[in-house]
Amino acid sequence: MMLSDLATVIRSKNAGPFELTFDVLFANQDDYQQVVASKQLSAESFAELYAIELADVLSVVEFEPALAIKITIKRARSSGAFGETDVYGAQQHAPLLSLWIPN
Amino acid sequence: MKQHISILSPTAILGYGFPESSFRAGMARLPNAIAVDAGSTDPGPYYLGSGQSFTNREAVKRDLALIIEAGLDAEIPVLIGTAGGAGAAPHLSWCLEIVNDVLVELNQTARVAHIESDQMANDLITALHQHRISPLGPVPSLTVADISESTHIVAQMGVEPVIAALKEGAQIVVAGRCYDPAVFAAVPVMQGFSEALALHMGKILECAAIAAIPGSGSDCMLGTLDASGFVLEALNPDRRCTVTSVTAHTLYEKSDPRLLPGPGGVLDLTGCQFEQMDDRRVRVTGTQFVKSDQYTIKLEGAKPVGYRTISLAGIRSPDLIAQLDTVLESVKDQVFQNFGEIETAEVKLLFRCYGRDGVMGELEPMRQAQPHEIGLVIEVVAKTQALADTVCSFARSTLLHIGYPGRQSTAGNLAFPYSPSDSSHGLVYEFSVYHLLTVDDPLTPFPRRMQQLGIRS
Repeated sequence: MMLSDLATVIRSKNAGPFELTFDVLFANQDDYQQVVASKQLSAESFAELYAIELADVLSVVEFEPALAIKITIKRARSSGAFGETDVYGAQQHAPLLSLWIPN
Repeated sequence: MKQHISILSPTAILGYGFPESSFRAGMARLPNAIAVDAGSTDPGPYYLGSGQSFTNREAVKRDLALIIEAGLDAEIPVLIGTAGGAGAAPHLSWCLEIVNDVLVELNQTARVAHIESDQMANDLITALHQHRISPLGPVPSLTVADISESTHIVAQMGVEPVIAALKEGAQIVVAGRCYDPAVFAAVPVMQGFSEALALHMGKILECAAIAAIPGSGSDCMLGTLDASGFVLEALNPDRRCTVTSVTAHTLYEKSDPRLLPGPGGVLDLTGCQFEQMDDRRVRVTGTQFVKSDQYTIKLEGAKPVGYRTISLAGIRSPDLIAQLDTVLESVKDQVFQNFGEIETAEVKLLFRCYGRDGVMGELEPMRQAQPHEIGLVIEVVAKTQALADTVCSFARSTLLHIGYPGRQSTAGNLAFPYSPSDSSHGLVYEFSVYHLLTVDDPLTPFPRRMQQLGIRS
């Protein structure tokens, strides 16, 4: 299944002007646990998906109380600096939608 | 000590509006303070750098008129955090002027405290030499040049300066750059409630009804704190707080949802319990606040990087789209050859290709498909507006008529939606400071001033 079939929210946003954070939220334990167990949202797979250095994936947090997985990366440039494409960082999530999650 | 204390949060950002019915419902609950966040770094470096507000004056005035009238009537404090959007001196003046206008129109007078958050360059350079400044996350180390080139550098205050202003009798507090929860937590902390719970409640209230479902940044939320926890309630009957909506909000715009650092310590949410009380209310317990050995405050600064000019155009020719990068490179070469005397450091030229990678830039993984049209932005940032205009104009006319192999549409390469085709943006900025400063005490960096505003009757 694709991640967008399992998650209810897949979003990106600045976490301060130098970091970009991605939230993946689930409606129930089963969907959340399936994605956690698949290990497809690891630092390594995220770095590969977005073609960034592994060191630029700053954290991956599985936060069960919110049935959420959170990935934070270093921004390519600070928000609004020359070459910026997304000042708020709100449209960087799309590659996650079709991430394949095995059963 | 009271058993309960309630804080009303009318809107996520002052000027984003709220339904009057929700606000009246909130006032009917007899809150102990009205607090509102007025700022954010989200809209980018321009607003801090230039001293402008990203919110509209009329919209801010509309919100403040309702808030101030209700606060004075109920004899409860009104607290505004990160006034004017970024909290620097020009933003504070802008907000104070609106507060005064509102008071005059209400034919009222009030004791208004304002708290400055600007940090002087000389003090920061001294602090830098004393190794009291460190980067916050993946941020370059601070240099003396970063400090001296910045137009405004502010620090985020904690609850302490806000409490001091309240103790001095302020009816309205207009605070410069604040740690977002500070204006929400100040009254509860002053009255002896748990700092951990008050700050956590503030973390959620600062976005008002965004933490409800359906979420909204333009609607009211009430937080009620007691000795062991706090309760969140959306004031519009069409919205509800659920465990999911509140915990999901805990993640918003933060890198780690469990440990939230702020002035003087870290909020630890690891042991938090979120409990659905009824259909519409959620109770939160178990938050810890771990005080740090040294009190640190977050610095934010922005510096000018030049003047921007842009030109917007579309491309529909498949043959040009197929070799776009090569063509854009030759345009760049021609521009810099034509103005041989221009130092490349003085001018930056960029082509954005919407429809291809305009949104994600280097993060875009879809590189194989050829789009049928491209939205092109020619962008120049240069040390003067005249230079930016000149280079943008030349790049635009060069690209319009440049030849390329197999070209059939020889009348022009670009579709312009506008005449004039180019727009000048003026001075633009970038974030230059995003660092932690260690201070001796939480009050000194944030001087306060009290004045009577409005009309004396």
